[in-house]
Amino acid sequence: MGTVVGIRRVAIAGNPNTGKTTLFNELTGSRAKVGNYPGVTVDRHVGELSLAGGSRVELVDVPGTYSLAARSLEEEIAIQAIAGLHPLERPDAVVAVVDATQLVRNLYLVLQLVELGVPVVVALNMTDRLEETGQAVDVEALSRELRLPVVAVAAARKRGIEELKREIERILEDPACATPGALWVPDQPLLMADLANVVRAVPAEWSAGSDARRRAFALWALLSVDEHDELRSMPGGLREIVERRRRLAEASGRCIEEEIIRGRYDWLDARAPLFLREAKRAPTRTDRIDRWLLHPALGFAIFLAAMTVVFQALFTWADPVIGWIEASFTWLGGTLERSLPNSLLTDLLANGIVAGVGAVLVFLPQILLLFLFLGLMEDTGYMARVAYLMDRVMKSLGLHGRAFVPMLSGYACAVPAILATRTMERRRDRLLTMMVVPLMTCSARLPVYGLLIAALVPAGQGRSLTQGLLLAAMYLFSTLVALLAAAVLGRTVLRGERQPLLIEMPPYRLPHLKSVLRLMWEKGSIFLREAGTVILVCTVAMWALLSFPKDEAAARASEERREEVRASLSGEEREHALALLERQQKGADLRASFGGRLGRLLEPTIEPLGFDWKIGIGLIGAFAAREVFVSTMAVVYGLEGESESSEALRARVRSERWPDGRPVFTPLVCFSLMVFFALACQCMSTLAAVRRETATWRWPVFLFVYMTALAWVASFGVVQGGRLLGWT
Amino acid sequence: MKGSLRPAPMVRLNTLADGTVGRLVSLGGERSFRRRLMELGLLPGTQVRIVRRADIGGVLELEVRRSRLSVRIGEASEVYVVAS
Repeated sequence: MGTVVGIRRVAIAGNPNTGKTTLFNELTGSRAKVGNYPGVTVDRHVGELSLAGGSRVELVDVPGTYSLAARSLEEEIAIQAIAGLHPLERPDAVVAVVDATQLVRNLYLVLQLVELGVPVVVALNMTDRLEETGQAVDVEALSRELRLPVVAVAAARKRGIEELKREIERILEDPACATPGALWVPDQPLLMADLANVVRAVPAEWSAGSDARRRAFALWALLSVDEHDELRSMPGGLREIVERRRRLAEASGRCIEEEIIRGRYDWLDARAPLFLREAKRAPTRTDRIDRWLLHPALGFAIFLAAMTVVFQALFTWADPVIGWIEASFTWLGGTLERSLPNSLLTDLLANGIVAGVGAVLVFLPQILLLFLFLGLMEDTGYMARVAYLMDRVMKSLGLHGRAFVPMLSGYACAVPAILATRTMERRRDRLLTMMVVPLMTCSARLPVYGLLIAALVPAGQGRSLTQGLLLAAMYLFSTLVALLAAAVLGRTVLRGERQPLLIEMPPYRLPHLKSVLRLMWEKGSIFLREAGTVILVCTVAMWALLSFPKDEAAARASEERREEVRASLSGEEREHALALLERQQKGADLRASFGGRLGRLLEPTIEPLGFDWKIGIGLIGAFAAREVFVSTMAVVYGLEGESESSEALRARVRSERWPDGRPVFTPLVCFSLMVFFALACQCMSTLAAVRRETATWRWPVFLFVYMTALAWVASFGVVQGGRLLGWT
Repeated sequence: MKGSLRPAPMVRLNTLADGTVGRLVSLGGERSFRRRLMELGLLPGTQVRIVRRADIGGVLELEVRRSRLSVRIGEASEVYVVAS
């Protein structure tokens, strides 16, 4: 052979928890790209495999699975990737990663791979752990029985990698030695009759002229079709025949699925004694660890302690880095503004682009930290224990057990939490989590609450307790609303059949640092590339909205007044007056901008909530990020640069009046505004992250509309209800 | 159906005590759930060991073919075994 043109493709497949990702990383080094499989948000890793012969081979990661049988779009990826169904390309060979310590169950998938007629090399992984489990595998005998090349590897210890590469090269040159044809062939007459019937409905483009492939797909369809499957590619004719044969079989007391699965397992069990020696199992390290980590009381305590660390890290440890990023970009923007000529371009650069890049980068510390923890939890096997411990609580809320960590991280920031929803396999579970996480009280809401609570409860003796209680109440409120929203959405828009729990509890393993770092790197760079660009564009758009049009006449008038000040005053007085004028002009500019006009335009819609048009401008500004509300209000009030803890801003807020002299920030309005901030989706970055994770604009739009509507109704209820009760 | 020996009674999987072993007799629940169980090696006739249960959490951990699986107690109650 050797005349193959173009790049050759090798797929790497295996059960979950077999160390497939680690092996993929060892085989490809640092050169890997990650994207999505077409049509679904399932990660597709592609790396380059360099072989001794110098040929270039592309290694494609197939999502981990126990079987090729599928019922969801996500599960369907596996057979499409192995068999090369449109639009995926057919691999020239498959590396089947097999956990040697759970050999027979892992080989079940290998039988399916072989049936599809694709050359298979078995990577017998975790061989370093066989002894501990009291087992021994005879690699040669295994290879003989499977009629496949088998390589013993220990990916985490980098053992057997070169041998595996050599074997991949060999089967690419000589595919016949790794294509034995179906190992298990049905021999029960009734099942054979069913199969013969179903085979006829297998589409020609699937079987590609091969009878073996046609049979493999018929078996696949018999295991995959059911009453609720979501398989879009299953042809109607094939589905119908499968259902008919199944009905007939069940009427006579047979179960076709059981016959097929049992056939494969019986084939394996009959041969297992030839290649597998097992001693009686002794308690393992995992047993000893689980005695603590899954203990009814202690297990929960340890889990809560671990979650406290995760939360502390996101909330507190990330803070200095975030502050440093913010300060550097503020400094950079300021320096540009001072050193470049005062022009529109400078303004765009400093307040649009530099601010935008900063707005994207501030999310990185939390994203990296969260994925560090998720990677560690996944790699050590603790994630499965979280699902075990939290299943009942989360199920009662209609959420997946794995939704706990994203929900918790939502208290720090919704953006990393949304990216973390990928740890759930089912689309519906991911969507539901993404739709409620933004309701959690994130850290960006705190400055807003700080300002409003200070306006509500002026500082004084014994007041800090009241302020603290108010803040705690906001946390409680947001949590209750998020859980309520999960219950409602999970029963309406995102209704999904209740899925039985079936999780593997993998043995505890030391985390593979390289894989964890790679996960962090990958998630960080995807965020920058995909969500980051949207956030940057939005920041520039927000800048334009709040900077244009410029009122030339007002600017001239302001310049004249400055001249007057310069001429009449001196020293500190002059500086003070100039600063005051500068701030006043900034406020006037903002009020005259599109954003300012939009605030006035919005006034009739927010007036029933007790908000004036100035608050409206603040709400528009807060869409960039909630905490921007504070700085926008400061500019509107001519107090640019004052923070939520500044007494000047607090006093200004307390003294703000409607044109008829009524105070704007009455206690009731402060409450209303806090409720609005608790519920409204005032965060373009959240929307960008949802857009990235769902690969459609539909869900971010839905999120924005439902949260804004919820916020409006709740605030309306607070203000109008309060007024009815005679409060102000 | 093994000769004249009195067969052990068939019981629900979740009623087995921790640490005991049973032989699977029949699987219940939805088709997809049964299929998944079987594909993970829980075919009728297979030995299953109860590793532990979280009564508060409502979850049962099983050992089958050297791998550990967790299922909900409610769903395990539709699986029948014979204690062995």
